[in-house]
Amino acid sequence: MIISNQNMILWMRFRYIYFAISAVFLTVGIFSLFKWGLNLGIDFTGGVVTEYQLSSGEIKNEKYGVKSDEEINKIRENIKIQGAKELRFEVVGPSIGPELIKKTLYALGISATLILFWVAIQFKSIKFGISATLATLHDSLILIGGFSLLGHFMNVEIDFLFVTAVLTILSFSVHDTIVVYDRIREKQRKYDPVIGSDITKIANSALTETMVRSLNNSFTIIFMLLSLVLIGGDSVRWFAVALLIGTISGTYSSPFVAVPILVTWEELEKKLKK
Amino acid sequence: MKKNLLVKVILILLLTIACGFISYPNSRLNFKIGNLQIDKKFDLSLGLDLSGGSHLVFEADTSKLDASKKEQAIKSLRNVIEKRVNLFGVSESNVQTSNFEGKDRIIVELPGISDPKEATALIGQTAQLVFVEIQEGTPSATIAPTGLTGADLASSVVVFDQNSGRPSVSFEVVKESQSKFAEVTTKLIGKRMVILLDQAVVTDAIVQDTLSTNGQITGNFTVEEANEMSDLLNSGALPVPVKLVEERTVGATLGADSVAKSVKAGLIGLVMVMVFMVLTYGKYGIIADIALIIFGIITIAVYKLIPVTLTLPGIAGFLLSVGMAVDSNILIFERLKEEIKNRPMASALEISFGRAWDAIRDANVATLVTAFILANPLDWSFLHVSGPVRGFAITLALGIGISLFTGLVVSRNLLRLFTKNDNK
Repeated sequence: MIISNQNMILWMRFRYIYFAISAVFLTVGIFSLFKWGLNLGIDFTGGVVTEYQLSSGEIKNEKYGVKSDEEINKIRENIKIQGAKELRFEVVGPSIGPELIKKTLYALGISATLILFWVAIQFKSIKFGISATLATLHDSLILIGGFSLLGHFMNVEIDFLFVTAVLTILSFSVHDTIVVYDRIREKQRKYDPVIGSDITKIANSALTETMVRSLNNSFTIIFMLLSLVLIGGDSVRWFAVALLIGTISGTYSSPFVAVPILVTWEELEKKLKK
Repeated sequence: MKKNLLVKVILILLLTIACGFISYPNSRLNFKIGNLQIDKKFDLSLGLDLSGGSHLVFEADTSKLDASKKEQAIKSLRNVIEKRVNLFGVSESNVQTSNFEGKDRIIVELPGISDPKEATALIGQTAQLVFVEIQEGTPSATIAPTGLTGADLASSVVVFDQNSGRPSVSFEVVKESQSKFAEVTTKLIGKRMVILLDQAVVTDAIVQDTLSTNGQITGNFTVEEANEMSDLLNSGALPVPVKLVEERTVGATLGADSVAKSVKAGLIGLVMVMVFMVLTYGKYGIIADIALIIFGIITIAVYKLIPVTLTLPGIAGFLLSVGMAVDSNILIFERLKEEIKNRPMASALEISFGRAWDAIRDANVATLVTAFILANPLDWSFLHVSGPVRGFAITLALGIGISLFTGLVVSRNLLRLFTKNDNK
């Protein structure tokens, strides 16, 4: 039933299930974004964060909103009076956040566009470019939605590192998708009489052949990240969690979002031509 | 062919040993060739979040200046701040400017600073250029303010004396202050007048004549000294107030703790990856692991040679590139598994590399594009010019470059060497 006589798994038969799974995750994420928004840290909102160690060894964290210079000095004095050691002291003015967001959006926009064109040129079809970019968008949304949920339920803050994580996932997701696309391209170039030129069959065969590689590759990255989440320390924990969510989504999206979009697109085009 | 392969493997080995030497903690190169003494230390340079220190961002209020003067003002501002930063005597301090949508910023990085509060206060204080009179007396000379300040100067430039060809600094006085300037200089003819910037002497001169609209400071100084003096006079003449908009101070202990934890996590992750590769790919897995170790050694050596300032996001970029380095191997091995069904080992190997190359190239170029935009090597002002995103992108880009080398050159030749007997 699932495995055809050409020894390939008929992945594309279930493509609406994949779309449904993605839709569920995206809906939950977007719902959370609209309902609770993002729990923005001082990198975006401006404010003061301190971390200090009392002479007893106890470590204290404090967070304040935007403060004037005198108030900031008072916070500092207060730490000194207690005889505590300053471990971390961060002050971010209210003008930094909007700049950070704008610069990041520019970076995202430029790299997404360049990647779209790169993929379109290398695969000689704008369909490949757009499908890959849509899959990347899917991963970014899942990651941002996921952190909206984490922010609401576990009080995880969005900081500068999170921005880095989103950008990383952008490149990982495309990286992974290109490997799968490459196999489709190869099969389109070399006509195989058993498979034919039907895009669905080509996709099924390509996915069958690249699935083990995709999983193995993601495992290696997941090992690295899990290790960071568990023992990497507080400063990188949520960053590693963000990368982990993104890696899992990025691995899923290559065969189950990018390829199904491509196949559906090709089929629709065929139908319209008829 | 066989000889060629051996040469390549030996070259790889030599490169690894050289990089291994550089990567080794606290490595130092110290030798003599003839009269040439070479002494170079190779250290990893750690960012503020790892080594501890202060990252300060000041915003300059240039709203009152017109565009033509703005650039000069920002340049002077940077020079003044650099001077003040040098007062702290911290090594590897860094001052840079950034401009985004009309907002001019000065970014100051002070590694290992002990009293950030004092530092922010001193750096952020508006430059105050004052003219003082030295009243010679016994037992010591006293300083008396003349009432003239940097605000009385319109601009200053370096000029060359027509007779002697020596550099000197010429300045112009703003209209409103010309009578005041004339009054003070008339009184001080033949006496010493000193210009102080933030209590440091800019110039110590003897007034020769009454000055009103302009003046010239001559003396026995070099072109650099004259330029510096002119910059300082300009910065005093164009005081741009700055405001601290961002401060991030990380204590040295917290930084060291982060390093220790990430290194430990990285090593454990790496061991898991290596075990996984051996379990999944057997003999080939061992080759991939050797290539991965070589990758690590070369990467650390490159970090030390460039040098790359490592930050926490930078370490993340490195870890991601480890993932991508392993991926090149996985792609090739999976391909090899398929191809070996139809052909002998040697040709299967070459075909696998050839076919996997398309995917590796396209995928890595896509990642490099992102890394390029994030690292922003051309300093486009609408993108990040400093901070964690850049640190991340640089290590990621280097990682990709090096992984292409280890994946395609190192793994390939090692595989050729170790599968040689499989042909027969």
